[in-house]
Amino acid sequence: MQIPYILSAIVFLPIVAGAVLLFLPPNNRRLIYGFALAVSLIAFLLSVVVYFSFAADGARYQFVEKVDWLPALGISYHVGVDGISAPLVLLTGVVIFTGVIISQRIDERPREFFAFLFILASGVFGVFVALDLFALFFFYEIAVFPMYLLIALWGWKQTREYAAMKLTLYLFIGSVVALVGALAMYFASGLGTFDMLVLESANFTAEFQNFWFPFVFFGFAVLGGIFPFHNWSPDGHVAAPTAVSMFHAGVLMKLGAFAALRVGIMLLPIGAQTHLPWIILLTLVNVVYGAFIAMVQTDFKYMIGFSSVSHMGLVTMGFATLNYNGYIGASVQMVSHGVMTALFFAVVGMVYDQAHTREIPKLGGLMRIMPFAAVAFIIGGLTSMGMPGFSGFIAEFPIFMGLWAGGYPLIAIIAVISIAVTAAYIMRAIGRVFFGELPAELEGHMHDIRPSEKLALGLLSLIMVAIGVYPNVILPMVESGVNAVLALLGGA
Amino acid sequence: MIGSITPAMLLAILPEISLLIVVAIVFVADLVLTERRRGALAWITAAGLTVTLAVTAFFSLPGAGSELIWGGMLRHDWLAFVFKLLFIFSALLTTLFTIGWKEIGHKGEFYVLLLTSTIGMTLMAASADLIMLFLAIETTSIPLYVMAGFMTQDDKSTESGFKYLLFGAVTTGVMLYGFSLLYGFAGTTNLYEMAAGLSAAAIPGPVLVGTVLLILLGFGFKVALVPLHFWAPDVYEGAPTPVTAFLSTASKAAGFAVLARVLLAAFPSIVTDWQAIIAILAALSMTLGNAVALTQRNIKRLLAYSSIAHAGYALLGVAAASELGVLSMVYYFLVYTVTQMAAFGVVIIVWHKLGSDEIDDYAGLSRRSPLLALAMLLAFLSLAGVPPLGGFIAKILVFAAAIESGLVWLAFLGVINSIVGLYYYLIVLKVVYLSAPKDEQPVMVARPHAAALLVSVLLVLVLGIVLSPWYAWAAASAASLF
Repeated sequence: MQIPYILSAIVFLPIVAGAVLLFLPPNNRRLIYGFALAVSLIAFLLSVVVYFSFAADGARYQFVEKVDWLPALGISYHVGVDGISAPLVLLTGVVIFTGVIISQRIDERPREFFAFLFILASGVFGVFVALDLFALFFFYEIAVFPMYLLIALWGWKQTREYAAMKLTLYLFIGSVVALVGALAMYFASGLGTFDMLVLESANFTAEFQNFWFPFVFFGFAVLGGIFPFHNWSPDGHVAAPTAVSMFHAGVLMKLGAFAALRVGIMLLPIGAQTHLPWIILLTLVNVVYGAFIAMVQTDFKYMIGFSSVSHMGLVTMGFATLNYNGYIGASVQMVSHGVMTALFFAVVGMVYDQAHTREIPKLGGLMRIMPFAAVAFIIGGLTSMGMPGFSGFIAEFPIFMGLWAGGYPLIAIIAVISIAVTAAYIMRAIGRVFFGELPAELEGHMHDIRPSEKLALGLLSLIMVAIGVYPNVILPMVESGVNAVLALLGGA
Repeated sequence: MIGSITPAMLLAILPEISLLIVVAIVFVADLVLTERRRGALAWITAAGLTVTLAVTAFFSLPGAGSELIWGGMLRHDWLAFVFKLLFIFSALLTTLFTIGWKEIGHKGEFYVLLLTSTIGMTLMAASADLIMLFLAIETTSIPLYVMAGFMTQDDKSTESGFKYLLFGAVTTGVMLYGFSLLYGFAGTTNLYEMAAGLSAAAIPGPVLVGTVLLILLGFGFKVALVPLHFWAPDVYEGAPTPVTAFLSTASKAAGFAVLARVLLAAFPSIVTDWQAIIAILAALSMTLGNAVALTQRNIKRLLAYSSIAHAGYALLGVAAASELGVLSMVYYFLVYTVTQMAAFGVVIIVWHKLGSDEIDDYAGLSRRSPLLALAMLLAFLSLAGVPPLGGFIAKILVFAAAIESGLVWLAFLGVINSIVGLYYYLIVLKVVYLSAPKDEQPVMVARPHAAALLVSVLLVLVLGIVLSPWYAWAAASAASLF
C-alpha cells in the first residue's frame, strides 16, 4: 500500500513551513520552536513511511508522480525513489528531525534560522527524489543557497563570513558547470526532454560522453568533497552552527555524490567508464590524505570535518570501482556516514555549548558528566572505524571488496591505511575528551545533556547499530537500486 | 498607400491611443488641481496606466500571424505585444514609486514625460520601418534626458541629464547615418523589404557589416553595452531613482526588442558576422559589468554595473540568432524587469528613510525591517539566478540558447560571470543581514510603495515557478520574428 503524493508532501512540507515561519511573531520562541519541531517530526515520519513501504522487489522507481511543468521544453515535475534514494530520503528525515531537536537553544532570530533550515531541507528532499534533470537542478540550488545565510548568520563568529562565502562560491561554480553539461545533454540527445529516465536511453556518442562526463561529474562531486575541490568543506563544517553542520556533512555532501551518480554516471555511462579509473586516484587522496589531516587536528570540529572528507572519498571510490560490491558499499556508506557524522557534530556541539572550547587537549573526563553522549560518540567512532556490528562495516567492507575485484588491489591496500589512521584519531579523541580527568577550569560548568538531546543521539545510534547487526534492513533495497545502475553501465 | 483604416489597425495601436488619452488627462489635471492636491497626479497616472495595461492585454492581442499595418510603418505581432505590456507595467511601477515624493510627484510634467517616453517605447517595439523606428527612438529618448535631469536643484541629477543627452545625441546621429546608408543600399526604409533589397543590390558583405556596426552603436548605447556603457553608471546614479528604475528596465528592453527585430529581419545575409559581433559584445558586457560591479560602494552604481552585465546575458539570446535565442531574450526581460523593479523599489524606500544610497547604510536592514530585507533578498537572489526565482529560469534559457547554437564558450563565460555576480550580490545581502544597524529605528514603507514592491516580488516568484504561460508568450514573440 503506497500513499499517493507522499513524496510531494515530503518535498513541499518543509518549504511551506519555512514560509509560514517567517510570518510568525518573532519573539515567541516557544511557538517557533514547537512549530519547527512538529514539522520536522512529520517530515521524519513521512520519510520513515517511504522507507518501509518501498518494495525492494517492486518497480525500479516507486511513489512516482509526474506533472507537466513546461511541456514545451519537456520539463516535468517528475519524482520517484529507487533503492538508492529511498534510504537517503530517510537519512534526510532523521537528520532534519534530530537537527531541530538539538537546536532548541538557538536564541538569535530562531524564526529565520528554522525557516532557512527548512528551505534547505526541501531542496535536499527534492534532489533525492527528482527524476527530471531540470527539477534536479532547481532543487539542488535551493539546497545550496540557504547554507550561505545559515552559516553567515548563525555560524562561529571568527570564520563564518569567510567560510560561508567560500562554500557558496565553490558549490555554485560546481553546479553551474554541471548545468552546462546537462544542457549539452539535452540538446545532444535530440529527445527534447529533461526526463532522466528517457535520457538514460539517449545513447550519446562515446565522444560526447567522454568530453562532458568530467564537467558533470566534478560539478556535482565538488559538493561530495572530492579532492582537490574539498577545501570548502572543513571550513564550512566548522563555521556552521551545530544543526547546520549535521545537515551539511550528514546530508548535503551526499547530495553531491548522489547527483554525480544520477546525472554523471547513470546518464553518461561510457564517459564514466573512461574517466573513473583515473578519478579513483583522486578519491584515494581523499581517503588517505583526509584521514591524516584529521589525525593532526587539535580542534574537535575540524577533526570531524576532515574525517568527513575521508569518508566521503570512500563513497566516490565505491562508485569508481564500477562493480556491484563497490556500488553497494558506496550506497550504504552514504547513509552510514550521514548518520554517523550527524551524531559526531551533534556531540561536538553539545560539548562546545558547555565547555566553550573545542580544543581536544583542553577537554577531558566528560564520560562522568555526559555518559549518554559519550556512549553515542563511541558508537559513532566504532562505525567510523568500520567495526563489524556497526553500519560502517556493512558499508566499507564491500567497497574494499569492490576495489579488489575491480582490479585495484594496490589502491585497496593503500586505502586500508586510512582505517588504521581513523582508528587512531577516533580513539585518541575518545580517550582525551571522554576519559581522563576533567580539567579544573571546566569543573562545575558542565552538566549532563537534556533528555530531548538523548533522544536525538539515541535515534542516530540506533540506526548505525541496526544496519550493522541486521544489514537486511537496507541491503535488499540498495541492491535493487544498484542492479539498475549496473544495467546502465552495461553489466560491468 | 495607407488605404482604409480597419478596426484591426486601431486595435493594434490601442495602447498608444490609451496612453495618449492619459497624457491629455494628466495635462488637464495639472492645470486644474491646486498646489495642495497635486499629489493626485501620480494616482491619476497610475490609474491610467492600469487601465492601459488591461486594455492592451484584452483588446490588443495579436493573432497567430503577424501583419504590417499603417502603410508598413508598424508590425502587429507578439514581440511588440509582450514588450508593450512590459513597458506599461514598468511605467506603472515607476509611477507608484514616485508617489509621495514632492519634487517629482507633484509635477504634472514628470508624468507627461514618463507617458510620452512609454509611447515611444511601445512604438519602438512595433516599428517595421526605419523612419518610424527613428521617430520612436527619439520620442523615447528625449523625455528620458529631461527626466534624468529632473531634480534641477541637485547637481548630480543635472549632470546626469546633460551627460545622457550629449552621448545620446552623438550616438543617435551615428545611428541615423547608418540608417541613411541602409536606405541608399536597399532602396527601401521598410525593415521587412530590406533583406530582399540588399540582396538585389548585391552589397558586399564588409560594407554591410560596417553599416550594421553604425546602427549597433545607437542600439548599444540605448541598452548600455560595453564599450558604450560609460554613461550608464553616472546617469543611473545621478537620476532620481524611479527614473533609474525606468531607464534600466523599460528603456533597455525597448532597445533589445529593436535590436532583435532589425538584425533578424534586415540582415539574414550576414548572420554569422553579426552573430560574432553580438557574441563579443555579450562577452565584454558580462565580464566588464560584473568585474566593475565588484568594487562599487553605492547601490545605484552597483545596480547600474550589474544591469550592464545583465544586458550581456540577455545578449546571449540574440547572439544565438535562433528561435530559442529570441525566446530566451524575451523571457529574460520579463524576469529582469520585475526583478530590477523590486530591487530599485527597495532602494527607493530606503532612500526615503535614510537619504542615502551607500551600501554601508543598508547595515542591519534585516533588523529594522525584516520584510523589506526579505524583498531585497529575493530580488538580489533572482538577479543572481537562484531558484525558485525567475532569474534562475531566465539564465538557464539564455545558456541553453547559446549552447544550442554552438556558442559553448560563451555559455561557459556566462556561467563564470554568474558566479562573480553571485559574489557581489551576496556582499550586499551580507551587509543587510549581518552587519549591525547604525540605529534600530524601523524603516516604514508607504502603502503605494509596499504595493508596488509586493507585486514585483510576487511576480519574481511566479515567473520562477509557474513557467508555462510566460514561456508561451516568449515563444510566440520569438516565432513572430522567424
